[in-house]
Amino acid sequence: MIYIGYLIVFGCCLTAVLGLFTSWVDRKVTARVQYRVGPPVLQPVFDVIKLLGKETLIPDGASKLTFLAAPVVGLSSVILVSTILWMNVIHPQQTFLGDLIVVLYLLTVPSMSIIMGGFASGNPLASIGSSREMKLILSYELPFVLAILVPVIHSHYSIRLGDILNMQSGSGVIIGNFSGSIAFIVALLCVQAKLGLVPFDMPEAETEIIGGPFVEYSGAGLAIFRLMKNMLLFVMPFFLMILFMGGIRFDGIHIFNALLKYLGTVALITVIRNTNPRVRIDQALRFFWGPMTVLAIIAIILAYRGW
Amino acid sequence: MAKTIVPIGPYHPLQEEPEFFKLTVEGERVVAIDVHVGYNHRGIEKISEMKTFDQSVYTVERICGICSTSHPFACVQAVEDIILMEVPDRAKYIRTIIAEGERIHSHLLWLGLAGHFLGYNTVFMWAWKLREEILDVMEILSGNRNNYAMFTPGGVRRDIKAEDIPVVLKKVDSILPTLDMLKKAVMDDPVLHARTKGVGILTRDEAISFSALGPTARASGVAKDVRKDAPYAAYDQVDWKMIVTQNGDVFDKLAIRVLETFESVKIMKYCLTHLPGGEIKERIKNIPPGEGIGTHEAPRGEVFHYVRSDGTNRPVRHKIRAPTYMNLPTYKATIIGETISDATIILAAIDPCYCCTERLAVRDMKGKKLFNGEDLVRLSQEKTMQLKKKMGF
Repeated sequence: MIYIGYLIVFGCCLTAVLGLFTSWVDRKVTARVQYRVGPPVLQPVFDVIKLLGKETLIPDGASKLTFLAAPVVGLSSVILVSTILWMNVIHPQQTFLGDLIVVLYLLTVPSMSIIMGGFASGNPLASIGSSREMKLILSYELPFVLAILVPVIHSHYSIRLGDILNMQSGSGVIIGNFSGSIAFIVALLCVQAKLGLVPFDMPEAETEIIGGPFVEYSGAGLAIFRLMKNMLLFVMPFFLMILFMGGIRFDGIHIFNALLKYLGTVALITVIRNTNPRVRIDQALRFFWGPMTVLAIIAIILAYRGW
Repeated sequence: MAKTIVPIGPYHPLQEEPEFFKLTVEGERVVAIDVHVGYNHRGIEKISEMKTFDQSVYTVERICGICSTSHPFACVQAVEDIILMEVPDRAKYIRTIIAEGERIHSHLLWLGLAGHFLGYNTVFMWAWKLREEILDVMEILSGNRNNYAMFTPGGVRRDIKAEDIPVVLKKVDSILPTLDMLKKAVMDDPVLHARTKGVGILTRDEAISFSALGPTARASGVAKDVRKDAPYAAYDQVDWKMIVTQNGDVFDKLAIRVLETFESVKIMKYCLTHLPGGEIKERIKNIPPGEGIGTHEAPRGEVFHYVRSDGTNRPVRHKIRAPTYMNLPTYKATIIGETISDATIILAAIDPCYCCTERLAVRDMKGKKLFNGEDLVRLSQEKTMQLKKKMGF
């Protein structure tokens, strides 16, 4: 019963609120960088509500069930991930062994749902976007998993997020180590690709393929995808915080500290997205399998040596 | 591999104007391109023939919102060519100032759009913010941000006041540091290099055989600029450099436009500080029968106007050729073999302006299109053959 409580209160509601807020931070910072005013705080909420009120169009020739199920699948997996992450932060002792693996698996589901929805819509542009998303997953998953091995090694080969957190509260955050900071950089760039932000937004690429997999979505389906993306924008930096920066601790000054760490990570993501053009899919593949994988392997070796 | 058709247009976030590119792709690679333009046909040439010589200048000004000086510039030169007249020096300088101001804002506009197409929205916003400054300058000089209405056969319609010159010079100087920063941000960005270098190469030979114009040709090493080749207005009295690069890829086209902006600022400043005195307009009594040609180097390349007069106050024929008309076919050489991601920036790299280009569409009374491009080529070839036969070749 308590798990369902976590799921509804933290996994669903709090994550949605924080996700929408984060997307406002991202939009506002972007706007200020670009000499614009930017939206009011509630704008992301209005966007989602407005979309929910619009008609949902299903294109002829689309696979109806898959087309409609895809956004729901994506959103539910994000809710599950965030529930696990919140439980880890609130009660680090209560989680199960191997939850890190579960989180890693569940984090690929949103991308899968985008691929599903894109192919189900039967639009050629959406197919191109979906195939790009597929190539993108293939490219960033390898360095992402390698980078996550570094905190695992540091916490004495534990694949429980709770252990990683406990280790960090005892002997300092992992990003403080040389290997930890390298792994953090790699993971951050992989997160950029996971979130589908510039320079890795080629699956959506508005000026090339008009939004790719989302081109046929409208109304509630698009709203759910939007909400999923906004929640991911909170979940991914949160995941990085747990792995590399010791998560959130709910006592006195620490909560302020956590807020700073979180906003810092989000600001980094926003800055990367505003100071780069979009790369091509083959360049992304080369980037992730080349320099990023090498860096991640170096970080693993360093971590193994105890640096 | 299966071939798919990726439509870019008729309405697409990539382009501000309606046009249709049918890209045939295998996976991500483009194997064929079919360009359909003709959504913007407004019959400007015919309208111009119904106006007087004075009025047709304003008509051609409305061909394009961005090159709103290039068309009037070429048009008044064509009319002056019929009379074989010289315009006063002060008018020449003012014309040059307005034309260069237009070039600066057009190149900045393109730079912003190129950034947007590459997903680099910061460059988009910065370039357009900077463009506002130059639009303010144009407003001080002409009273309008875009359609300046400064040109008239025989000179210009509006003088530049002496008290405006320091204000304008200060404003033009104030954009230089930001322009410099933008240049560094664009030309030294490694990711931008990865996206634009070696992409969509138009070789020198191809540029010559397609008769490419303007920055598109100059990026491929063809030193072609009407301002240097056949100087008009004040261009022969100013010391400025024609920018030519050799590679012909998207990066070179980008670099050319950024560097040309600096040259334009230089020309503008020189003309403002050395503005000669005297009249700004010479009165034209009547226009004799005959024909005239006017050319001007627009931001996108050479604009060509042909005007024929029969001695009345209206042109009997007014033919316009915009630079995009010559640059469009270069897509055949640049896009095929590239990926879809690159195709979009290559499409944008010639700085296309379709509303300038579209002149001809043949439709029946119900609006059905009668001829497509191939038919028109065939008709034109048949006509040439007939003429050759008649003339005994």
